[in-house]
Amino acid sequence: MSTVAEQNLPVVNALRVVLYEGQGADALDSAERNSLLNGLLDSGYAVTCARDGGTLSAPDESPLMVLGRFHEGAAPAIADAEDRVDVFTQDITSLATEAVLERVRFVREQTALRVPGEWHPWFPVIDYDRCTNCMQCLSFCLFGVYDVSNEDKIQVRNEDQCKTNCPACSRVCPEAAIMFPKYRSGPVNGEEVSDEGVEREKMKVDISALLGGDIYQKLRDRSDQAKERFAKERDETVALKERKRCLVEMQKDMDIPMEALMSLPSPDEIQRRAAEAKQKADDAIARRMRDRDGNYAEDGLKG
Amino acid sequence: MTEKPCLLYCHCAYAKVVPEETRREVLKRLNDAGVAFEAVPDLCEMSARKDPALERLAATGAIRIAACYPRAVKWLFHAAGAPLGDDQTEILNMRVQTGDDVADAMCRTGEASS
Repeated sequence: MSTVAEQNLPVVNALRVVLYEGQGADALDSAERNSLLNGLLDSGYAVTCARDGGTLSAPDESPLMVLGRFHEGAAPAIADAEDRVDVFTQDITSLATEAVLERVRFVREQTALRVPGEWHPWFPVIDYDRCTNCMQCLSFCLFGVYDVSNEDKIQVRNEDQCKTNCPACSRVCPEAAIMFPKYRSGPVNGEEVSDEGVEREKMKVDISALLGGDIYQKLRDRSDQAKERFAKERDETVALKERKRCLVEMQKDMDIPMEALMSLPSPDEIQRRAAEAKQKADDAIARRMRDRDGNYAEDGLKG
Repeated sequence: MTEKPCLLYCHCAYAKVVPEETRREVLKRLNDAGVAFEAVPDLCEMSARKDPALERLAATGAIRIAACYPRAVKWLFHAAGAPLGDDQTEILNMRVQTGDDVADAMCRTGEASS
């Protein structure tokens, strides 16, 4: 598993809001709590409903904002005894949901905490129970989303470089091990994988192969043809049409959003990146094979 | 799972893949049940951000989660370096189960089935 330090997205704590209804505070009425909960969650804040009964998670180092209908209409000043966690309190007696949200937003801005929802969370999630570490996803993705861990295992490294709504890498995974939890259908969305599902995914790879190797090769071929024609005919319109036709075909085959296809780099750059990714994958596989063979040899000697 | 589980609700705030009425129903029922619970805006975002809150939630031990497909939830936690304990986790799927079914399962007392 990769370490947090290897990741691209910065790890920044988020504000944890606590709806407090314990000692020293009155209970919220159901409609008020419901409205607050929806408002806070819609705005991207994690909320802890602290009431009697039930188990809650322990505090981490995320700052806390404690909201409550405190007695005498004044929020108590609270400090962490270990001085690890910043705690803010706010009395919400007679405050409407919007006014509460405004105060929460103010605290978040003051503390320079992560802005919720600024990035659409679309990225691949690997099911390591299924993954065979074949590295096809690494070779396939041209946006640098995947990488190899220190243990030579495939990992998702740069989530934010993934193209929103593009599930293409999950289509080339022969084991249906790549999920996009926000995708509309299974098994890409995380639905349990049936044998039929694996076959369906494999079929997609086979079809793509039948159509002329990997789709990037296909794109390169088409682009080269278009270049040739462009050179011969000096007709930019024809070349552009050709590229567009190729992209539309790929879009249909693999459910890739046109936006993602349009952001592909030039054919030369595609070739360079594809070669680089493939090299990385081949190196990782070779190292693993060497390690495995070394282990076998060692076992043989021991035996 | 013998201890009282921590209840976790995911609002899936940045996509429309969980039916709105299911989410609202589950949240309302948790709200009305009078028990303590945790609610997060979006487990996917937290996973990608390696939000320390996931580690905190995974560390509670027994946990019952209302979110989406169990396979996706399991590996979202894993990707954040906060693997869930297999025998202490129950995941309800708001993408396919009704709001009532999920809320009933979340709010029931006694041991959870994993």
